[in-house]
Amino acid sequence: MVFPPYVGMGGKIAHYSFIIFCGFVFIFLIAPILVIIPLSFNAEPYFTFTEGMIALEPEAYSTRWYADIAKNPQWAFSAANSIIVAICSTFLATLLGTLAALGLSQSHMPYKSAVMGVLISPMIVPLIISAAGMFFFYSNIGLAQTLPGLILAHAVLGTPFVVITVTATLTGFDHSLTRASQSLGADSRKTFFKIQMPLILPGVISGALFAFITSFDEVVIVFFLAGFEQRTIPRQMWAGIREQISPTILAVATILVVVSILLLTTVEFLRRRSEKLRGISPS
Amino acid sequence: MTSILTADGIPLKDSLRKAERGRRAKAFLLVAPLLLFVLISFVFPIFEMLFRSVDNPVVANNLPLTIEKLEKWDGTNLPDQETFSLVAKELLIARENSKVGKIAARLNFESGGMRSMINKTVRKVRKYKGNDYKKALIQFDKRWGKVVTWKVIKRIGQRYTGVQYLAALDLKVNADNTIGLQSEDRRIYVKIFLRTIWVSVLVTIFCLILAYPVSFLLATLPLRISNLLLIMVLLPFWTSLLVRTTSWIVLLQRNGVVNDILVALNIISEDGRIQMIYNQTGTLVAMTQILLPFMILPLYSVMKTISPSYMRAARSLGASPLTAFVRVYMPQTTPGIGAGCLLVFILSIGYYITPALVGGRSGQLISNFIAYHMKSSLNWGLAAALGTILLVAVLVLYWLYNKIIGIDKMKLG
Repeated sequence: MVFPPYVGMGGKIAHYSFIIFCGFVFIFLIAPILVIIPLSFNAEPYFTFTEGMIALEPEAYSTRWYADIAKNPQWAFSAANSIIVAICSTFLATLLGTLAALGLSQSHMPYKSAVMGVLISPMIVPLIISAAGMFFFYSNIGLAQTLPGLILAHAVLGTPFVVITVTATLTGFDHSLTRASQSLGADSRKTFFKIQMPLILPGVISGALFAFITSFDEVVIVFFLAGFEQRTIPRQMWAGIREQISPTILAVATILVVVSILLLTTVEFLRRRSEKLRGISPS
Repeated sequence: MTSILTADGIPLKDSLRKAERGRRAKAFLLVAPLLLFVLISFVFPIFEMLFRSVDNPVVANNLPLTIEKLEKWDGTNLPDQETFSLVAKELLIARENSKVGKIAARLNFESGGMRSMINKTVRKVRKYKGNDYKKALIQFDKRWGKVVTWKVIKRIGQRYTGVQYLAALDLKVNADNTIGLQSEDRRIYVKIFLRTIWVSVLVTIFCLILAYPVSFLLATLPLRISNLLLIMVLLPFWTSLLVRTTSWIVLLQRNGVVNDILVALNIISEDGRIQMIYNQTGTLVAMTQILLPFMILPLYSVMKTISPSYMRAARSLGASPLTAFVRVYMPQTTPGIGAGCLLVFILSIGYYITPALVGGRSGQLISNFIAYHMKSSLNWGLAAALGTILLVAVLVLYWLYNKIIGIDKMKLG
């Protein structure tokens, strides 16, 4: 590190302690996630590094907990539930959320801020209150303890993310592009699919990924609305942590970390692509 | 003065208004499906649930004549013979509709021991052949001979009530209809509300202390490096909450990694392993880590826009680095501090999962008690009252957030 000549000893110490402090914060953020990955390969049923693991002996590591997941049909069953619920609710949330964002970003939209407040509310209201309210509602209409009920409930939770990301994409949108397209003879449908859609697509997809992870990670609503037949992965993990915590949980957690790394990479890629795309349009 | 006309002879103003109306309708139609979906399946159910905190149908609907009679009762002497026979008959009808359990449970919430009184009475009244219900009921259970019992029934017989809110604030209605404190051992909710606020304040402060330097570093580094470091902030954001909670259990438990390291470094002895999880410490540590990205991201996005030349100007005008930072840089980050703190506070005040899993007894927050009354004790009225208080607090903060920062400025990732 090269300091300007006017920086004294105190300034250097301050700078280095600042860097060290930041380093600790990054470790605090990331270590809890990374530490479970090696632990999930522990040959012993412990939650800590054995001496063999520290000495890097190959016998101290094994994939027995991953084999455990494969053997237990309950995990496959919850994984199927999780994926079905997440995909269906994401589809619903993305469709409704994108339409709403298109309407909201028009200057003609009446009562814009009030409507926005209502649409964002599923993100703000504490989950336990949403869960309690939906529990009575879906019980009354006979959808409690069914997959469609769970899908609808998760779709509501996912919509604010879609609305926010798509609205954010649309704020920089150059409306002269649509006018140009229309003046060149395209009807409004063609304009939407050929001009608007490709430009907002990155925002739509990252909103959809947010909705997906919201549903995939959600446990409180599942806790209230799902029966044994609708158990999802987080619900199964919850039961595992509460009842008999075994390293199998760590193996599942590791798989989920890999999934989240994949999702994060996709979102980052899309965000940059969107910025590049929108950078072309003079806004 | 003649108004300007369009080509087909309509005044321009009207034509314009018509076009505007069409566009507004079109915009609204796009929003309508989602708005309806959210209103019907989210907003309305929550209001309906919260309504349960004042709704009190059980006794009023099942003992209607008794309650009607008690309305005219003076409240000092025992009710008359007719009231006694009414309550006996209505309890028998309730038994046929299998509602006795509900009545007994509702009365028991208000005054412990009334469940057994009602059940015993119903059992004995069935076999009773005589006519003097007053004497019989008092003989079955001597509490029928006390004015207090009747006052409780009269009060619980009201169709709408505020008692759940009193209960949620550790208050109760005394026998003489004055409002007083709940008995010492039942005073829990004010403590829990205060603890929830305290934990949320601490988590917010910890997050701010940890996030501020990191955001500053991210905002000042070259874009290529800061983008890499930003991934370390975003990864926890995208990782399942249960995964992060699990890893905190693994790290902090008695035989966990942190205790192992401390023992290996001879900082603590083998017997001196610290209990860091299943208590308030566990809740604080885990919540701080989980909510930290929500503080870093708004701070970072504000700091990114602050030009470094302000600081340089302050330095060149003779300010010390500290003065320049405190007087020039920090005031410009206030919007970010406000956004981050409000967001973290709103999220932590309604937190449920982490306290439930790592909180032990001393780390439970108000959400955990709402869940307990929803799922275990089935005291839905009280759950709704606690929930209403929590929701009002959150909505006020949300309103503040919207006022200060604007909800449309909220960004993700």
